Amino acid sequence: MKAPAHMRTPMRRVQGLGAAHSGTRDFWHQRLTSVAAIPLTIALVLIVVALLGRSHAAVVQILGSPLIAIVMLLFIVTTAYHMWIGMQEIILDYVHADKWKLPSLLANTFFVFVVAFCCCYAIFKLSFGV
Amino acid sequence: MADLDAGTTRVVRPLSPHLQIYRPMLTMLMSIAHRITGAALYFGMALLAWWLLAAASGPNAYAVFTWFLGTVIGKLILFGYTWALIHHMLGGIRHLIWDTLHGFEPAERERLALATIAGSIALTLLIWVAGYFAMGGPR
Repeated sequence: MKAPAHMRTPMRRVQGLGAAHSGTRDFWHQRLTSVAAIPLTIALVLIVVALLGRSHAAVVQILGSPLIAIVMLLFIVTTAYHMWIGMQEIILDYVHADKWKLPSLLANTFFVFVVAFCCCYAIFKLSFGV
Repeated sequence: MADLDAGTTRVVRPLSPHLQIYRPMLTMLMSIAHRITGAALYFGMALLAWWLLAAASGPNAYAVFTWFLGTVIGKLILFGYTWALIHHMLGGIRHLIWDTLHGFEPAERERLALATIAGSIALTLLIWVAGYFAMGGPR
Protein backbone atom coordinates (compact mmCIF):
# COMPACT_ATOMS: atom_id res chain seq x y z
CA MET A 1 0.00 0.00 0.00
CA LYS A 2 1.33 3.38 -1.00
CA ALA A 3 1.40 6.06 1.71
CA PRO A 4 -0.35 9.31 0.79
CA ALA A 5 2.05 12.13 -0.14
CA HIS A 6 1.23 14.19 2.92
CA MET A 7 2.40 11.43 5.26
CA ARG A 8 6.00 11.80 4.15
CA THR A 9 8.05 13.37 6.89
CA PRO A 10 11.38 15.22 6.59
CA MET A 11 13.00 12.03 7.98
CA ARG A 12 13.22 10.69 4.45
CA ARG A 13 15.56 13.50 3.46
CA VAL A 14 17.40 13.61 6.78
CA GLN A 15 18.45 9.97 6.39
CA GLY A 16 20.26 10.96 3.19
CA LEU A 17 22.30 13.36 5.36
CA GLY A 18 22.22 16.14 2.78
CA ALA A 19 24.08 16.70 -0.47
CA ALA A 20 27.41 15.45 0.88
CA HIS A 21 25.76 12.38 2.51
CA SER A 22 27.76 13.06 5.65
CA GLY A 23 25.43 15.48 7.46
CA THR A 24 27.25 17.92 9.71
CA ARG A 25 30.33 15.74 10.21
CA ASP A 26 32.67 18.07 8.28
CA PHE A 27 31.31 21.10 10.16
CA TRP A 28 31.95 19.44 13.51
CA HIS A 29 35.38 18.09 12.57
CA GLN A 30 36.41 21.54 11.33
CA ARG A 31 35.57 22.93 14.80
CA LEU A 32 37.32 20.03 16.52
CA THR A 33 40.54 20.54 14.54
CA SER A 34 40.36 24.34 14.88
CA VAL A 35 40.24 24.13 18.69
CA ALA A 36 43.18 21.71 18.67
CA ALA A 37 45.07 23.94 16.23
CA ILE A 38 45.13 26.96 18.59
CA PRO A 39 47.67 25.64 21.15
CA LEU A 40 49.49 23.67 18.42
CA THR A 41 49.93 26.79 16.25
CA ILE A 42 51.27 28.78 19.21
CA ALA A 43 53.68 25.89 19.91
CA LEU A 44 54.78 25.76 16.24
CA VAL A 45 55.52 29.50 16.18
CA LEU A 46 57.57 29.21 19.41
CA ILE A 47 59.50 26.21 18.00
CA VAL A 48 60.25 27.97 14.70
CA VAL A 49 61.39 31.18 16.44
CA ALA A 50 63.57 29.14 18.82
CA LEU A 51 65.21 27.34 15.86
CA LEU A 52 65.91 30.49 13.80
CA GLY A 53 69.58 30.98 13.04
CA ARG A 54 70.65 27.67 14.62
CA SER A 55 72.99 25.26 12.87
CA HIS A 56 71.66 22.23 11.01
CA ALA A 57 72.98 19.90 13.71
CA ALA A 58 71.13 21.83 16.44
CA VAL A 59 67.90 21.94 14.41
CA VAL A 60 68.08 18.17 13.81
CA GLN A 61 68.64 17.47 17.48
CA ILE A 62 65.80 19.73 18.69
CA LEU A 63 63.23 18.66 16.05
CA GLY A 64 64.03 15.02 16.80
CA SER A 65 63.59 15.34 20.57
CA PRO A 66 60.44 13.53 21.77
CA LEU A 67 58.36 16.46 23.03
CA ILE A 68 59.04 18.71 20.01
CA ALA A 69 58.55 15.83 17.55
CA ILE A 70 55.21 14.87 19.11
CA VAL A 71 53.97 18.48 19.05
CA MET A 72 55.05 18.79 15.41
CA LEU A 73 53.28 15.53 14.47
CA LEU A 74 50.10 16.66 16.24
CA PHE A 75 50.29 20.01 14.42
CA ILE A 76 50.78 18.30 11.04
CA VAL A 77 47.94 15.79 11.43
CA THR A 78 45.50 18.35 12.88
CA THR A 79 46.23 20.98 10.22
CA ALA A 80 46.24 18.46 7.38
CA TYR A 81 42.71 17.33 8.24
CA HIS A 82 41.60 20.93 8.87
CA MET A 83 42.92 22.17 5.52
CA TRP A 84 41.50 19.17 3.68
CA ILE A 85 37.98 20.03 4.90
CA GLY A 86 38.58 23.75 4.25
CA MET A 87 39.78 23.34 0.66
CA GLN A 88 36.96 20.89 -0.04
CA GLU A 89 34.50 23.56 1.15
CA ILE A 90 36.09 26.16 -1.13
CA ILE A 91 35.97 23.76 -4.10
CA LEU A 92 32.32 22.87 -3.46
CA ASP A 93 31.50 26.61 -3.25
CA TYR A 94 33.06 27.62 -6.56
CA VAL A 95 33.43 24.54 -8.78
CA HIS A 96 30.06 23.28 -9.95
CA ALA A 97 30.70 21.23 -13.10
CA ASP A 98 31.49 17.58 -12.31
CA LYS A 99 34.16 17.70 -15.01
CA TRP A 100 36.23 20.03 -12.80
CA LYS A 101 34.76 19.29 -9.39
CA LEU A 102 35.81 15.64 -9.13
CA PRO A 103 39.43 16.21 -10.28
CA SER A 104 39.66 19.20 -7.89
CA LEU A 105 38.46 17.10 -4.95
CA LEU A 106 40.93 14.34 -5.90
CA ALA A 107 43.77 16.85 -6.21
CA ASN A 108 42.86 18.26 -2.79
CA THR A 109 43.09 14.84 -1.15
CA PHE A 110 46.33 13.94 -2.96
CA PHE A 111 48.00 17.27 -2.07
CA VAL A 112 47.06 16.99 1.60
CA PHE A 113 48.28 13.38 1.85
CA VAL A 114 51.58 14.10 0.06
CA VAL A 115 52.36 17.18 2.16
CA ALA A 116 51.34 15.52 5.43
CA PHE A 117 53.30 12.33 4.66
CA CYS A 118 56.40 14.36 3.71
CA CYS A 119 56.22 16.25 7.02
CA CYS A 120 55.60 13.12 9.10
CA TYR A 121 58.32 11.14 7.33
CA ALA A 122 60.80 13.97 7.99
CA ILE A 123 59.89 14.09 11.68
CA PHE A 124 60.20 10.28 11.99
CA LYS A 125 63.57 10.35 10.27
CA LEU A 126 64.74 13.18 12.53
CA SER A 127 63.49 11.25 15.56
CA PHE A 128 64.74 7.74 14.78
CA GLY A 129 67.45 8.91 12.39
CA VAL A 130 69.76 7.03 10.09
CA MET B 1 3.88 29.82 -23.52
CA ALA B 2 4.35 28.57 -27.04
CA ASP B 3 7.28 30.94 -27.42
CA LEU B 4 8.92 29.66 -24.27
CA ASP B 5 8.51 26.07 -25.31
CA ALA B 6 10.06 26.78 -28.66
CA GLY B 7 13.00 28.45 -26.91
CA THR B 8 12.80 31.49 -29.16
CA THR B 9 12.58 34.08 -26.36
CA ARG B 10 14.90 34.59 -23.42
CA VAL B 11 13.13 35.38 -20.20
CA VAL B 12 15.17 37.89 -18.22
CA ARG B 13 14.75 36.87 -14.62
CA PRO B 14 16.22 38.77 -11.69
CA LEU B 15 19.45 37.24 -10.38
CA SER B 16 20.26 37.04 -6.72
CA PRO B 17 22.75 39.76 -5.78
CA HIS B 18 26.37 38.75 -5.35
CA LEU B 19 29.32 40.34 -3.54
CA GLN B 20 29.79 43.31 -5.88
CA ILE B 21 26.37 44.75 -5.08
CA TYR B 22 27.10 45.28 -1.38
CA ARG B 23 29.03 48.18 0.14
CA PRO B 24 32.28 46.69 1.48
CA MET B 25 32.08 46.26 5.23
CA LEU B 26 34.78 45.32 7.70
CA THR B 27 33.08 42.07 8.75
CA MET B 28 32.68 41.11 5.11
CA LEU B 29 36.34 41.84 4.36
CA MET B 30 37.34 39.75 7.40
CA SER B 31 35.24 36.87 6.10
CA ILE B 32 36.97 37.05 2.70
CA ALA B 33 40.37 37.42 4.40
CA HIS B 34 39.68 34.29 6.45
CA ARG B 35 39.10 32.23 3.31
CA ILE B 36 42.06 33.73 1.42
CA THR B 37 44.47 33.24 4.35
CA GLY B 38 43.16 29.68 4.74
CA ALA B 39 43.86 28.92 1.08
CA ALA B 40 47.30 30.56 1.32
CA LEU B 41 48.17 28.50 4.41
CA TYR B 42 47.05 25.39 2.52
CA PHE B 43 49.82 25.90 -0.03
CA GLY B 44 52.13 27.27 2.67
CA MET B 45 52.17 23.77 4.20
CA ALA B 46 54.48 22.86 1.30
CA LEU B 47 57.00 25.29 2.81
CA LEU B 48 56.78 23.50 6.17
CA ALA B 49 57.29 20.18 4.36
CA TRP B 50 60.34 21.61 2.57
CA TRP B 51 61.80 22.85 5.87
CA LEU B 52 61.34 19.49 7.63
CA LEU B 53 62.54 17.42 4.64
CA ALA B 54 65.58 19.69 4.25
CA ALA B 55 66.44 19.23 7.94
CA ALA B 56 66.00 15.46 7.58
CA SER B 57 68.04 15.31 4.36
CA GLY B 58 71.25 16.89 5.62
CA PRO B 59 73.33 20.07 5.96
CA ASN B 60 73.47 20.80 2.22
CA ALA B 61 69.71 20.59 1.68
CA TYR B 62 69.20 22.65 4.85
CA ALA B 63 71.63 25.30 3.60
CA VAL B 64 69.61 25.65 0.37
CA PHE B 65 66.42 26.12 2.41
CA THR B 66 67.92 28.74 4.75
CA TRP B 67 69.48 30.51 1.75
CA PHE B 68 66.03 30.76 0.12
CA LEU B 69 64.44 32.16 3.28
CA GLY B 70 67.26 34.70 3.49
CA THR B 71 66.39 36.20 0.11
CA VAL B 72 63.96 39.12 -0.16
CA ILE B 73 61.29 36.89 -1.74
CA GLY B 74 61.82 34.23 0.92
CA LYS B 75 61.44 36.79 3.70
CA LEU B 76 58.31 38.25 2.11
CA ILE B 77 56.78 34.77 1.84
CA LEU B 78 57.65 33.97 5.45
CA PHE B 79 56.28 37.34 6.65
CA GLY B 80 53.05 36.74 4.71
CA TYR B 81 52.92 33.20 6.08
CA THR B 82 53.27 34.50 9.64
CA TRP B 83 50.52 37.08 9.21
CA ALA B 84 48.20 34.63 7.41
CA LEU B 85 48.70 32.03 10.14
CA ILE B 86 47.98 34.46 12.99
CA HIS B 87 45.10 36.14 11.16
CA HIS B 88 43.47 32.81 10.35
CA MET B 89 43.93 31.65 13.94
CA LEU B 90 42.36 34.82 15.40
CA GLY B 91 39.61 34.71 12.76
CA GLY B 92 38.99 31.10 13.77
CA ILE B 93 38.73 32.06 17.44
CA ARG B 94 36.16 34.68 16.36
CA HIS B 95 34.19 31.93 14.63
CA LEU B 96 34.39 29.74 17.73
CA ILE B 97 32.99 32.66 19.79
CA TRP B 98 30.13 32.93 17.29
CA ASP B 99 29.57 29.17 17.59
CA THR B 100 28.66 29.78 21.24
CA LEU B 101 26.01 32.29 20.01
CA HIS B 102 27.90 35.27 21.40
CA GLY B 103 29.16 38.39 19.63
CA PHE B 104 26.44 38.82 17.02
CA GLU B 105 25.38 42.40 17.92
CA PRO B 106 26.44 44.98 15.29
CA ALA B 107 28.88 46.73 17.65
CA GLU B 108 30.29 43.39 18.85
CA ARG B 109 30.80 42.13 15.30
CA GLU B 110 32.67 45.32 14.44
CA ARG B 111 34.78 45.09 17.60
CA LEU B 112 35.66 41.44 16.92
CA ALA B 113 36.68 42.31 13.35
CA LEU B 114 38.87 45.19 14.53
CA ALA B 115 40.39 43.02 17.26
CA THR B 116 41.20 40.32 14.68
CA ILE B 117 43.07 42.66 12.36
CA ALA B 118 44.79 44.67 15.13
CA GLY B 119 45.74 41.46 16.92
CA SER B 120 47.09 39.77 13.81
CA ILE B 121 49.27 42.77 12.89
CA ALA B 122 50.54 43.23 16.46
CA LEU B 123 51.31 39.53 16.99
CA THR B 124 53.00 39.20 13.58
CA LEU B 125 55.29 42.15 14.38
CA LEU B 126 55.95 40.71 17.86
CA ILE B 127 56.92 37.33 16.38
CA TRP B 128 59.26 38.99 13.88
CA VAL B 129 60.91 41.12 16.58
CA ALA B 130 61.38 37.91 18.61
CA GLY B 131 62.76 36.21 15.49
CA TYR B 132 65.10 39.13 14.87
CA PHE B 133 66.59 38.76 18.34
CA ALA B 134 66.67 34.95 18.01
CA MET B 135 68.79 35.46 14.89
CA GLY B 136 71.24 37.49 16.99
CA GLY B 137 69.61 40.92 16.92
CA PRO B 138 71.58 44.01 15.85
CA ARG B 139 75.18 42.98 15.23
